[in-house]
Amino acid sequence: MILVIAEQRDGVLHRASWEPILAAQQTGQPVQVAVAGVSLASVAGELAAAEVEAVLTIEHPALESYTPDGFVAVFADVVTGTQPDLVFLPHTYQTREFAPKLAVRLGRSLITDCIAVKQRDNRLAFVRPMFQGKFVADVAPTGPAPHFASFQIGAFRPDAVTRGATAADIRAVDITLEAAVIRQTMEPPFKEAKQAVDLTQAERIVAVGRGIKAQEHIALVETLAAALGAEVAASRPICDSGWLPMDRQVGSSGQTVSPKLYLALGISGAIQHLVGMKGSATIVAINKDAEAPIFEVADFGIVGDLFEVVPALVAALNAEGGGSSGAGHP
Amino acid sequence: MKIAVCVKQVVTREWPLRVDDARTWVQDRDASFEMNEPDAYALEEALRLKEQHGGEVVVCSAGPPRVAQVIREALARGADRAIRVESNALATADSGMVAEALAAAIRDEAFDLVLTGLQSDDQGFAQTGVVLAELLGISHATIIMEVQVVEGGLRVKRELEGGWFQWVSMPSPALLTIQSGINQLRYATLRGIMAAKKKEVRVVEPPADLAPHHEILELYVPEKAKQTRLIEGSPVEAATELVRVLREEARVI
Ligand SMILES: Cc1cc2nc3c(=O)[nH]c(=O)nc-3n(C[C@H](O)[C@H](O)[C@H](O)COP(=O)(O)OP(=O)(O)OC[C@H]3O[C@@H](n4cnc5c(N)ncnc54)[C@H](O)[C@@H]3O)c2cc1C
Ligand SMILES: Cc1cc2nc3c(=O)[nH]c(=O)nc-3n(C[C@H](O)[C@H](O)[C@H](O)COP(=O)(O)OP(=O)(O)OC[C@H]3O[C@@H](n4cnc5c(N)ncnc54)[C@H](O)[C@@H]3O)c2cc1C
Repeated sequence: MILVIAEQRDGVLHRASWEPILAAQQTGQPVQVAVAGVSLASVAGELAAAEVEAVLTIEHPALESYTPDGFVAVFADVVTGTQPDLVFLPHTYQTREFAPKLAVRLGRSLITDCIAVKQRDNRLAFVRPMFQGKFVADVAPTGPAPHFASFQIGAFRPDAVTRGATAADIRAVDITLEAAVIRQTMEPPFKEAKQAVDLTQAERIVAVGRGIKAQEHIALVETLAAALGAEVAASRPICDSGWLPMDRQVGSSGQTVSPKLYLALGISGAIQHLVGMKGSATIVAINKDAEAPIFEVADFGIVGDLFEVVPALVAALNAEGGGSSGAGHP
Repeated sequence: MKIAVCVKQVVTREWPLRVDDARTWVQDRDASFEMNEPDAYALEEALRLKEQHGGEVVVCSAGPPRVAQVIREALARGADRAIRVESNALATADSGMVAEALAAAIRDEAFDLVLTGLQSDDQGFAQTGVVLAELLGISHATIIMEVQVVEGGLRVKRELEGGWFQWVSMPSPALLTIQSGINQLRYATLRGIMAAKKKEVRVVEPPADLAPHHEILELYVPEKAKQTRLIEGSPVEAATELVRVLREEARVI
């Protein structure tokens, strides 16, 4: 049996929860889904629509807000009690925080950020990126079962989950939880002050990454954006360095955009960036490294030095007098 | 406040990576190395906390002898002393083993605060810090973007997905995994580099009985899912052709 740990907040299921459910279904093994919190009836009902053996609810007043200590304590009991062969989770910010501790407390192996499961030489292997997506590796867990694996968000299609003919059993799991084991006090989530730019509305975006090398070169990018009638966006390191404000960051910890045109300059294409822009209609990458993962998602690419290509692009756009007019030119 | 910072040495970003003959790791014999990026931010945060609250910053790194380079760099930036867990056996260690080696090396020092990066740029399992917290029996929080020292402990700003944050409080001692961008980095000064030469580096061996938790069966280049149309030619030719394609074929400008 594969136990999937689903994630919810305030009675709303995290969509990424469907992905480890699908990964588990695809192995052909029976699947159970566990979810922790308070007032879980609606989330459990939603999960029970999937073809799974059972949905296990773990309710306790001390689980009203997630804490790593609370979740490690209850899921350690649930895993010990249900004795699964494997435990699958989504690789969310929350599981990044508690899953390694859970696996170690039980003396088990955890392979994070997986994108596929395969059989290899009669062993179960998990496929995961390495070196920021430049490579992938087949990684096999060692030691006693259950082995834990977390799945990268977006690696599986949530809508491909097999639904059951009838709703699965929903079972409340009896747990004891000493409130004293919980050392963290969580405050409610918040967003920073309102963002000055809403990149989600932009039709065209020119995004810049660390390939730009220095703050003074950002002007070059702004010139290109002006010639294209585009907004300027950036990868995280550019915002971390303060070269552009945080509200121009695209990716898992920034904005998710899907413009008509996304032009990536000197961006390698780490997964945390890709999740924020891969829904764009047309993606263009300019990068000096032909093997950069950004070319995985690009429709058009130029392998070259952005300091040579960008001025040429600006010249070509301006020569045609077009700017963003879109008027047909030969 | 007595603070430990765990830093990992990774192959520099600019190094052209190639899979090794065993097809389980990269050819890194002649590579150049640097400090894992979020670890540099963790070190900076430790130095700032020390400036505000006093105490000591101890940098820890596990790996083969060459990790001495990142230790020197951390000392030059201002760390007070270092612990180096040295073993060639760590060259095939996973995050669980590294955490065990680090725990054994720092446990007796009873640090008030342990900082790690949130994940490494090479393997990126994002586990070492959290596992280390469990092995040390201390509270933890991950992906931290601000640290406040409060009565009896810490109040920290935890990054959530999609631009959300959350404040979390916990008693000391604690372990935090630090996210890039939490602060602005300082660079080593010449004086710092000179001073680093006199700082203490304690070299320790990892425990003998470390068992792996997983095994890399093969490392390879991912299959391409999408066909990218590469536009060739000189920069001027390529730029002109790209503008034509975007206008006439993709019709996006
Ligand atoms: C929890 C978490 C959340 C994150 N959230 C985000 C996020 O929201 N958004 C985000 O972007 N990242 C995010 N990251 C960081 C992400 O993992 C990468 O580190 C980051 O996206 C890399 O940025 P980059 O591509 O600009 O830099 P690099 O990876 O350093 O790539 C620079 C690229 O520029 C190219 N280049 C260099 N010089 C030139 C030149 N002269 N001409 C052309 N090309 C050149 C290089 O070949 C390289 O491909 C997050 C990471 C974590 C762990
Ligand atoms: C020379 C060398 C060669 C290696 N070759 C291989 C190999 O062939 N196969 C293999 O599976 N593993 C190898 N490793 C081990 C591996 O790179 C890691 O040290 C270990 O797996 C940690 O996991 P991670 O990289 O996913 O770190 P994460 O869990 O993502 O790291 C999180 C944080 O933990 C801290 N941290 C991680 N590692 C260390 C460390 N060593 N010292 C101090 N702090 C650390 C850092 O603060 C880091 O930001 C090698 C290590 C070295 C030093």
